[in-house]
Amino acid sequence: MAALSTQPHSHGAVVPVASRAEHFTSYDVDAFEVPGGREEIWRFTPLKRLAGLHSGAAATGSAAVEVNAAAGVTVETVGREDDRLGKAGVPGDRVAAQAYSSFSQATVVTLPGDAKSEPTTVTVTGAGEGQVAYGHVLVKASQFAEGTVVLDYRGSGAYAENVEFVVADGAHLQVIAIHDWADDAVHVSQHHVKLGRDASVKHTVVTLGGDVVRITPVVQYAARGGDADLAGLYFADAGQHQEHRPFIDHSQPNCRSNVVYKGALQGDGAHTVWIGDVLIRAAAEGTETYELNRNLVLTDGARADSVPNLEIETGEIEGAGHASATGRFDDEQLFYLQARGIPEDQARRLVVRGFFQELIAKINVPEVRERLEAAIEAELEAVGA
Amino acid sequence: MATLEIKDLHVSVVSEDAPKEILKGVDLTIKAGETHAIMGPNGSGKSTLSYAIAGHPKYTITSGTVTLDGEDVLEMSVDERARAGLFLAMQYPVEVPGVSMSNFLRTAATAVRGEAPALRHWVKEVKGAMADLDIDPAFAERSVNEGFSGGEKKRHEILQLGLLQPKVAILDETDSGLDVDALRVVSEGVNRYKASGEVGVMLITHYTRILKYIQPDFVHVFANGRIVESGGRELADVLESEGYVKYTGKTEAAAIS
Repeated sequence: MAALSTQPHSHGAVVPVASRAEHFTSYDVDAFEVPGGREEIWRFTPLKRLAGLHSGAAATGSAAVEVNAAAGVTVETVGREDDRLGKAGVPGDRVAAQAYSSFSQATVVTLPGDAKSEPTTVTVTGAGEGQVAYGHVLVKASQFAEGTVVLDYRGSGAYAENVEFVVADGAHLQVIAIHDWADDAVHVSQHHVKLGRDASVKHTVVTLGGDVVRITPVVQYAARGGDADLAGLYFADAGQHQEHRPFIDHSQPNCRSNVVYKGALQGDGAHTVWIGDVLIRAAAEGTETYELNRNLVLTDGARADSVPNLEIETGEIEGAGHASATGRFDDEQLFYLQARGIPEDQARRLVVRGFFQELIAKINVPEVRERLEAAIEAELEAVGA
Repeated sequence: MATLEIKDLHVSVVSEDAPKEILKGVDLTIKAGETHAIMGPNGSGKSTLSYAIAGHPKYTITSGTVTLDGEDVLEMSVDERARAGLFLAMQYPVEVPGVSMSNFLRTAATAVRGEAPALRHWVKEVKGAMADLDIDPAFAERSVNEGFSGGEKKRHEILQLGLLQPKVAILDETDSGLDVDALRVVSEGVNRYKASGEVGVMLITHYTRILKYIQPDFVHVFANGRIVESGGRELADVLESEGYVKYTGKTEAAAIS
């Protein structure tokens, strides 16, 4: 938003502890120390509110996974020994490793190759208030597949998981993950996207509900020509912690990525965190990448942290950039709309809706788009904005 | 018949340290059918007058009154003023990303008219109004003022003027930054609005050139926060040749010739 009073992020004021390339990963939960809260990757997260997901809490229940599959899409429930699992990426923090070490059944959704399929919806309902559950979902887009998978998270309890997206050569996958949890829910999830040659992913994260939600989408390229569009839309109310940590790992030449996350915050103690990491490795010549985070702070008492990190190990790239801005509601926009007779509450809604519009417009599943529009309206009603 | 009455208006702006008085007792009455040109050097407070009447939060009214048909304007919120029939065409219209011009215009018209205009008539009305101002219909789907050139923004201010039909319009340097063609088109738009003879216009300008297109009934010279001289059309001609030096002690041309 050009008109927002922007606070540009600092360049070079904070030197990362280590290159993102050296970031530790393991399938084994015991390979990670229990975080104390000072670690770089945990320092924004309220560990006390994680219901022990980071410190070894055993599963006390399981989340219900229901799949409404489109024609041609196959759905399987498999055991942890299934050798298709774990191929898209390795857990990058203790909670992801805990989930990987703890799930008993995984859901595998396969989009048929060389065909276009209608949207498939995977609904995950939490195990219930006070319960802890772990899960695993694998979405496979076969060669030249084209389709959409909606992940719809609802209900109560603590839930940690890994979600894998294996996008085969020439496949085009759209993912929309909607975190519409009940107020008590705690959700920590790592998304692993692996893109084949000339494959593309449009990955959208929507975070509305829950007490603590922490999503770490990681994109890796298996071959050249991969294309990743990551979008995020979040709305934090009083007391909510919403954390998004996208990481794009450019290790192959001639790949592209674009990351746009936008959030609105309102109410006391609303806290959002966005850590956007992009690593362009030496081999990734011809990379084109851009990442952007915008936060709109609607009331006092809310806090948005935004940290873009861009590491470039080769000069032979098409382009790389990042931007981050957190601003208060723009009174000049409000004045302009009101000066045309539009009442203040309606003017505020127009501005906030406008802020999210570019992201909502790109969601091409009409039911999801309408649901998001309604959810944003409801958020704004809630505070009487 | 609309009447905007400004009496002994004092306005301050909160700057970094202390409040600073910008308007120092403005008296002006604008009646329906009248066009008043407010002319003055830069920094004389002309824009402050327009923003204070519209209700911009940056300005504090320290004393005086503003009434529209006897109603106390200063008691009203910004949107109430607009719905009461005041309109400010801004010198620097604000960009509102993600809100389409068509949505904005319809929302504003619904608010000002008190009911949503019937869709079929509305589409026709907007199209016609845009054509009158040489605005490409594609602008309807663009975000409000976003990426518009200066001239495009001004055309859209006058588009809103035409659609909202206020009782009194304040045009704050609508002519600034316009090329000859745009100035003509925009002026014609203002003249169409005026044609009913039932509305009042306050035309704030630094230069006299717009007065060749829009005939003022009164010309007021604004300097140091108040009106220092009033007259008819002929006063503009005097300013054109002599500039504002008489009022400011500084040499500043009303038109660079």
